[in-house]
Amino acid sequence: MICATRSQIGGYVGSLLNAGSVGFVVIAVLVLTAAGFVLVRGRAVASVSGDARRLHSLPNYYGYFAGMMVAVPALLLTALWMLIQPMVIQNTVIDLIPADMVAEGSSVNLVMSDVRRVADGLDVAVAQGAMTADAAAALEADQTDVRALLADVGVALGSDVAAPVLEAAQKYRVMTARGTGTMAFVVLALAILGLIAAMWMSTGNFRARNMVERGVLVLLMLAASLAILTTVGIVLSMLFESMNFFRMHPWTDFFFGGKWAPNFRGDSDLSILPLLWGTMYISVIALLVAVPIGLFSAIYLSEYASSSVRSFAKPLLEILAGIPTIVYGLFALLTVGPFLVNVFGRGDNGLLGVEWMSGATAVLTAGLVMGIMLIPFVSSLSDDIINAVPQSLRDGSFGLGATHSETVRQVVLPAALPGIVGAILLAASRAIGETMIVVLGAGAIARFSANPLEAMTTITTRIVSQLTGDTNFASPETLVAFALGLTLFVLTLGLNVLALYIVRKYREQYE
Amino acid sequence: MTDMPIENAGAAPAPRKGSLLEQDARTRKRNRAEARFKAYGILAIAMGLLMLVILLTTIVGRGTGAFQQTFLTVEVELLEEKLDKKGNRDLADIKKVSTFGYAPLMRAALEAKVAEIGFETDLKSKEMAALLSKSAAADLRNFVLENPDMIGETVEFKFLAQSRVDGYLKERVTRASIANDKNISAAQLDLVDALVAEGSLQKQFNLAFITGADASDQRPEAAGMGVSMIGSLFMMLVVLVLALPIGVAASIYLEEFAPKNWITDIIEVNIANLAAVPSIVFGILGLAVFINYMHLPNSAPLVGGLVLTLMTLPTIIISTRASLKAVPPSIRDAALGVGASKMQSVFHHVLPLAAPGILTGTIIGLAQALGETAPLLLIGMVGFIASNAPETIGEGLMSPNSAMPAQIYEWAKRADPAFYERAWGGIIILLVFLITMNAIAVMLRRRFERRW
Repeated sequence: MICATRSQIGGYVGSLLNAGSVGFVVIAVLVLTAAGFVLVRGRAVASVSGDARRLHSLPNYYGYFAGMMVAVPALLLTALWMLIQPMVIQNTVIDLIPADMVAEGSSVNLVMSDVRRVADGLDVAVAQGAMTADAAAALEADQTDVRALLADVGVALGSDVAAPVLEAAQKYRVMTARGTGTMAFVVLALAILGLIAAMWMSTGNFRARNMVERGVLVLLMLAASLAILTTVGIVLSMLFESMNFFRMHPWTDFFFGGKWAPNFRGDSDLSILPLLWGTMYISVIALLVAVPIGLFSAIYLSEYASSSVRSFAKPLLEILAGIPTIVYGLFALLTVGPFLVNVFGRGDNGLLGVEWMSGATAVLTAGLVMGIMLIPFVSSLSDDIINAVPQSLRDGSFGLGATHSETVRQVVLPAALPGIVGAILLAASRAIGETMIVVLGAGAIARFSANPLEAMTTITTRIVSQLTGDTNFASPETLVAFALGLTLFVLTLGLNVLALYIVRKYREQYE
Repeated sequence: MTDMPIENAGAAPAPRKGSLLEQDARTRKRNRAEARFKAYGILAIAMGLLMLVILLTTIVGRGTGAFQQTFLTVEVELLEEKLDKKGNRDLADIKKVSTFGYAPLMRAALEAKVAEIGFETDLKSKEMAALLSKSAAADLRNFVLENPDMIGETVEFKFLAQSRVDGYLKERVTRASIANDKNISAAQLDLVDALVAEGSLQKQFNLAFITGADASDQRPEAAGMGVSMIGSLFMMLVVLVLALPIGVAASIYLEEFAPKNWITDIIEVNIANLAAVPSIVFGILGLAVFINYMHLPNSAPLVGGLVLTLMTLPTIIISTRASLKAVPPSIRDAALGVGASKMQSVFHHVLPLAAPGILTGTIIGLAQALGETAPLLLIGMVGFIASNAPETIGEGLMSPNSAMPAQIYEWAKRADPAFYERAWGGIIILLVFLITMNAIAVMLRRRFERRW
C-alpha cells in the first residue's frame, strides 16, 4: 500500500488531470473576482459622477465588496462539492459490485481502490491519446484485456480487471465527469450572480465598508473556529474507528486483558495494559532524569546565576528543546543503546563484566534519552514559575537570617510547588505522547517486566506499527490503533487540563 | 508562629563563647549546605550542557562522513561497436544498450588500471568490478546518453565505489570485521590498498548526498537527501500558505474582536490543548480524514502539509496573539480617534506593527513542523524509495515523496550500518535548515522588535 509504483504516480497524475477542470473553475472564479473589483469600483465611482467624496465608503471598498460577493460563495461551494461528490459517487458505484466479490478475503475499500485505479488509468489512457473517450466508455472486460491496455500507457494493475470492476470504473468516470461539469456550471453561475448583485447594489449610498467588514469578521471567526473543528475531527475520526474496533473485539479484553499479541490471521490478544506499563515505565525514567536536572537548573538560573551566565546557559539549554525528536531517536538507537550494552551487557567484554542487557533497545535507553529531551521543558517552565514568586517573600526570609538555599527550599519552592507540579504533569504528558524516541529506542516486545534493561513497547510505538505497512481497515489488528490513539488522546488531554488548571490557579494566587 | 508556647522564653541561650568573627559549628553546617545546594544547581546545568555537547559531537562526528564518498577514477574506453553499432549517434539506438552493455567496458577499464599499477592478483575481473557500486554502470550509461559525442573516445570517469570499500577508507570496515562478509574479501581489500596508494581511489566531496535521490537497500553509497528535501519543501509551502493566514486570522479574531463569552472560552481552551496533543494523534487524524475519507493520495506532500498545518496552527496562533497583545492600546485608540473603523485600526495599524513578531513565530512554527516525524509515518511518507524528483508543482504536491526526517528514519531502520552514516549526515542537513530558520527568526526579532 505504501510502496509507490509508477502506476500510483500515473493514477494521481490522472486524477490531477481530472482535477484540472476544478483548477479551471477556480481560476475562472478568480478572474471574475478581479473583473468584479474593477467593474463595481468603476460603477460606484461613476454613480456619483466621479466625485469619490460623495460615496459612503472609499472606492476600493466597493471593489472589495464585489470580490467578496463573487469569490466567497463560489469557492465555498467548490470546496463543499469536492468533499461531498466522492461520497455520493462511491455510494452509487458500490452497488454495482456484487457482494461475493467483496467476500473473498478483501474489503469494500480494497475493491473501491481497484475501481478508482482503473478509472484513473482510463483517464490517463485517454489523456495520452491511446484511446478515444468513446472507446474508453465502451470497453468490455471480456472482449479487451484492460490490464494490458493500461500497462501500455504506464498504469500497472495488480490483477486482471473483473467485469463488475470495469463497469463500476466506467460508472465512476461518467459520474465524476458529469459531477465536475455540473459543479463548474453551478459555481460559475453563482459567481456571475454575485457579480450582478454587487453591481446592482453598488450605488453611492451603499454602505460598502460596513458590509466588507462584516464579511471579514465572519472569515476571522471561521478561522478561529478551525481549532474546534480540528478537535472535533480528532475525536470523531478516532471514535468511529474505535467503535468499529470494539464491535469486533471485546472491550474487556482491550482494557483489562493481560496480553498484547496481534496476529494478522485473526484471533489476537489486544490489551492495552502491557503497552501502558511500558509507556509509564519509560515516562517515569524520563522524569527521573529530567525533573532533578531541570528543576535544579531552573533554581540556579533564576536564583543564583548572574545575568551573563543566565543569558548564556538558558538559550543553550533550550537548544535541546528545538532538536527534532528523530535526532533523539537516532541518538538512542545508535549511541546511548550501544553504550548501555557496553556497560551492562556483553559478558566479560563489557565494562561491568555482566550479561544483563542483550540489545540496544531497552526501557532505560529510551527513558534516558527522553529525559534529556525533557530537561529544557521542565527547566524553562519551572524557571517562569520560580520567577513569578514575589520578591517580598524572599526578602522576608532573608530578613529573618535564612541563607539563600534555606530561602529557596523553605519559602520559594513551597510557594512555587503547585506550578512546578503542573510543569511536571505537562512534561509527563509529553513523555507519554512521545513517539520517535520510543519507536527507535524502546523495542517491540509487549510485556510486564520490572527490568529496565529489557526491551518493552509503548502505546505510540504500537500505533505506528499497526498503521504502517499493509493496513486493512476491516481487521481489529489495524483498528486497534485508533482505540490506542483515543486512549492516548484522553490520557494526555486529562494531564494537560489538570496541569493548566493547576498552573492557572497558582498564577492567580500572586496577582 | 505567634501562638507558639513561650515557656522557654525566659531561658536565654547560653552566652556565645569565642570570637564573633569565627563561625560556630551550626553556621559552618548551614554554609556548607548552602555551598552544596549551589553546587547541585551548577552540576545540573553542567549535566544539561554536557548532554548537548555529547549530542552535537556525536552528530557531527558520525555524520560528516556522509559528505565524503569514495570514488575510483579510471579511464574508460567508450567502444563504438558496443555502444552504437550503427555509428549514427542516434540517441534512440544508444538507449537500447542497457547497463549490461556497459559492464564489460568498466571491467576492461578496471583491468587496465590494475595492469597499469602493476598489481599482481588472482582476482577475476568480475570480483574487481565488485569494488564499484552497483549503480556504477548506470552512471556511465547516463553519462553517455548525455554526451553521445564521446562514444569512441577514452574518457576519465569517476566511478562510485561500493559501500564496503567506502567504509574501509572511512575505517568503519576493518579487515577483522569482514570475515563473514560476502560482499568483500581480503584479496579485494589488497587491491583497494594498492589503488589508494596509487591515488586513483580516494575520498571526495559527495554532492550527490545533498542533491541526489534515495537508493535501494543494496546501494547505501548512492543514497542522497535531495528528493526528500524537495518533499519537505513542498510540505512547508503548504504549511506556510495555510497556517499563516488562518493562524493570523484566528489570532486577530480572538485578540481584537472576540466577545467575552463561553464560545470564545471554548476556542481558547481548545487551542491551548491542541498545542499539547501528541503529534502522532495528528497523524491518525490525517490518515482517517485526508486519506481514508477524502481519498487524497497516500504519501503525498499535500497530505503531510495539511497534517503539519493543523499541528502548527496552535503554535502560530499563540505567538501571533502574544505579538498582537504587545502593541499598545494607544495605537488603536489613536486610529479610532481619527475616525478609522475598528477593522481599519487593526489591519492598517496593529497588524503591521505586530508583523515582525508574527513572522518570527511563524518561522519557529515552520522549523518545528520541518523536524516532525511521527505523523508522517502514519500517512505513508516512509517505506518507499524517493527516487524521482517531481517535475511540476502539481506533481510535487500530489505524487508520493518522502520528507527529510522521514528519510532519516527510513535509513535508521535499514540493516546495513552504512546507512547509519547517511542518517547522521541527513541530521546534519536537517539541523542546518533548522538553525538557519531559527537564526533568521532571532535576527528578525532583534532587528524589528519594538519596545513601548
